Amino acid sequence: MSASLLRILALVRKEFLAVLKDPRSRFIIFLPPILQCLIFGYAASFDLKSVPYAVLDLDHSKASADLLSHLDGSGVFRRQADLARTKDIADWIDSSRALLVIQIDQDFGRRLFAGESAPVQVTADGRNSNTAGTALGYFGSIVDDFNADWRSAHGQAGPPILIVTRSWYNPNLDSSWNMIPSLVGTLTMMGTLMLTALSVAREREQGTFDQLLVTPFRPAEIMAGKAIPNMVIGLTQSTTILLIAQFWFHIPFVGSFLVLYAGLGLFLMAAVGLGLFVSSIAKTMQQAMLYAFLLVMPFALLSGLTTPVSSMPEFLQSVMVINPLRYALDLTKRVYLEDAGFAQLFSDFLPLTVIGLVTLSGAAWLFSRRLT
Amino acid sequence: MNDLSAKLRRVRALTLKETMQIVRDPSSVAIGIVFPLMMILLFGYGLSLDVTRVSVAMVDEDDSSDSAALVAAFQHSPYFAVTSVHSMAEAKELVLNRKADGAVLIQSDFSRRWHRGEAEIQILVNGTDPNQARIMQAYAQGPVAQWGAAQAGSGSSLAAGPVVVVDRMWFNESNNSHFFLIPGLIVLVMTIIGAFLTAMVVAREWERGTLESLFVTPMRAGEFLISKILPYFGLGMIGFVLCLLSGKFLFHVPLRGSLLLLCLASMIYLLVALGIGLLVSTLVKSQFLASQLAMLLTFLPAMMLSGFLYDLRSMPAFIRGITYALPARYAVALMQTLYLAGDVGSVIWPNLCILAAMATVLLVLTRLATRKQLS
Repeated sequence: MSASLLRILALVRKEFLAVLKDPRSRFIIFLPPILQCLIFGYAASFDLKSVPYAVLDLDHSKASADLLSHLDGSGVFRRQADLARTKDIADWIDSSRALLVIQIDQDFGRRLFAGESAPVQVTADGRNSNTAGTALGYFGSIVDDFNADWRSAHGQAGPPILIVTRSWYNPNLDSSWNMIPSLVGTLTMMGTLMLTALSVAREREQGTFDQLLVTPFRPAEIMAGKAIPNMVIGLTQSTTILLIAQFWFHIPFVGSFLVLYAGLGLFLMAAVGLGLFVSSIAKTMQQAMLYAFLLVMPFALLSGLTTPVSSMPEFLQSVMVINPLRYALDLTKRVYLEDAGFAQLFSDFLPLTVIGLVTLSGAAWLFSRRLT
Repeated sequence: MNDLSAKLRRVRALTLKETMQIVRDPSSVAIGIVFPLMMILLFGYGLSLDVTRVSVAMVDEDDSSDSAALVAAFQHSPYFAVTSVHSMAEAKELVLNRKADGAVLIQSDFSRRWHRGEAEIQILVNGTDPNQARIMQAYAQGPVAQWGAAQAGSGSSLAAGPVVVVDRMWFNESNNSHFFLIPGLIVLVMTIIGAFLTAMVVAREWERGTLESLFVTPMRAGEFLISKILPYFGLGMIGFVLCLLSGKFLFHVPLRGSLLLLCLASMIYLLVALGIGLLVSTLVKSQFLASQLAMLLTFLPAMMLSGFLYDLRSMPAFIRGITYALPARYAVALMQTLYLAGDVGSVIWPNLCILAAMATVLLVLTRLATRKQLS
């Protein structure tokens, strides 16, 4: 038993040396997660920072000027041009210079003062319909503000019921509070799964795997020697991203590190298990890389990272029961932001444990079958 | 003349060898055919930003006939699944256990304040998923307005307001997200086939030393590059055609610009991707590093920083600055415009010229690098 442990330790040491000895490969293990975390933390957002717009004001009244100053004062809407003719609208939208074109008709001010409702026409560039919808939503809420101001200034009754919204766990509804904790699992999985798959494939390609086989190592030991270092590297990557989340993006961590790391440990078992699984199918590094990629892509896209799992078709939801990243994302966010404990996270811990055990023992079986 | 035909013969032989390698390696076929199909199906059927039904915990502290009517309005709304609870603590417990997405609180003085004309209800959303939280906030307007209208009789003061917005969405009247995802997918597929696959293939030849042995033959650097580019260019175009066909027949995305320009734009972008893949693998000469770099430099930017999934206008200025250096940005603008808006010269020509310039620079650099590495 102790001899076996010693052999595994020796393999672990060898594996660390192989990966970390080369400065370029050290660099490529730690730089991408850091860079991606920073870039995605800022970029992956559906909130619009600026809405370039053009206006066709045919009214030129005090009321229309008032509405436009509400827009320009929002900090988001940036006026690109004052148009003179209706046919200019198409030009500004087509060339993407304006996301919205706002058209105020001649009788706008007159209708408002007469107490009638006054329409404003908005044309949106729907090339990205999601963005267009968001911009129209922003415009709508600014018009709501304008309406409220107008009513109180002109003695009209306000809306009968006020809806006050408060948000738990993320007071300003900041997208990055959702995105960055999600990146802990996503980036770690991409890194670990590919690293594991490639490390076996590289040995096979360079012929050193055959040399391992003539040593007294048992298949299970060889596998442990591959799995442990990659899990340690994965945990280091997760920790790096967690540190960036707290100290760079200042997202307060309210949960328990014990719960989080227990979950991440199980998740990494699954990620490494899948990596070993890929490497036992792949014959070359190219195959290992591409198969790993084909596996990671659907897992990442269908994990709830970009779109909610509950909005996916039923069929895909039931297929994604096997997706470890889905549980890891849920778990990380809930521990990080909501201080969820073991009891609340049972529905994540159970599948993660099952997936981790199945993939690792499955990989062990495939490994020993190929070796003997 | 003899020299030229020898050149052609060498290029043909090597292209043939490369094509054979692609056809025989199941992973190349997987990335050339399975990957585009998988992405089309995932983006076409799997991803959706629509939140169908929000479950809320309803806390009615007032327990009056007014508040009961409001609760009923939420219960009748198709957008809400309501669970009644007795206290906010209970509601929060439900949210924490994912039995509810948020809560609605009607305070004990609700009815009294309503008759004074200053009623208020609280919507508590779970900010862990900000997108869903915002959607819930928007949905809540519906039942509240309905209730208000019912309470006020047919009160006209509840009409939309002094200014009403009439909006039109051009290019995508039905607000169908396939319309912008499918054009972007073409860019993603080209990136993977062009950059990711070639980066690995050429690095492998360096790693195994087969390139050195190739260059003791009369083969020149330029000929070598052409023979590498041609087969992957072909594979990339297969991916393009798959996207094109599925866009038309599966998702009915209209192609309003000219097909010719669309093909031209795709080919030029494919050359850019091939250029990056070849350059990276020539410079680092290791499969592991080349694959990681190709992923970092091409696939992730194409996915995240191109305007494909996340709009460039949602990014802070310095990130937007970075995107100007990334070819995917220009390609996505081209595809979306050609598909949905048509042949808009002021968008197409500048973007096309930038991509063409990038392709030229990358391929020239690759050629120089290959020659330098050999001497």
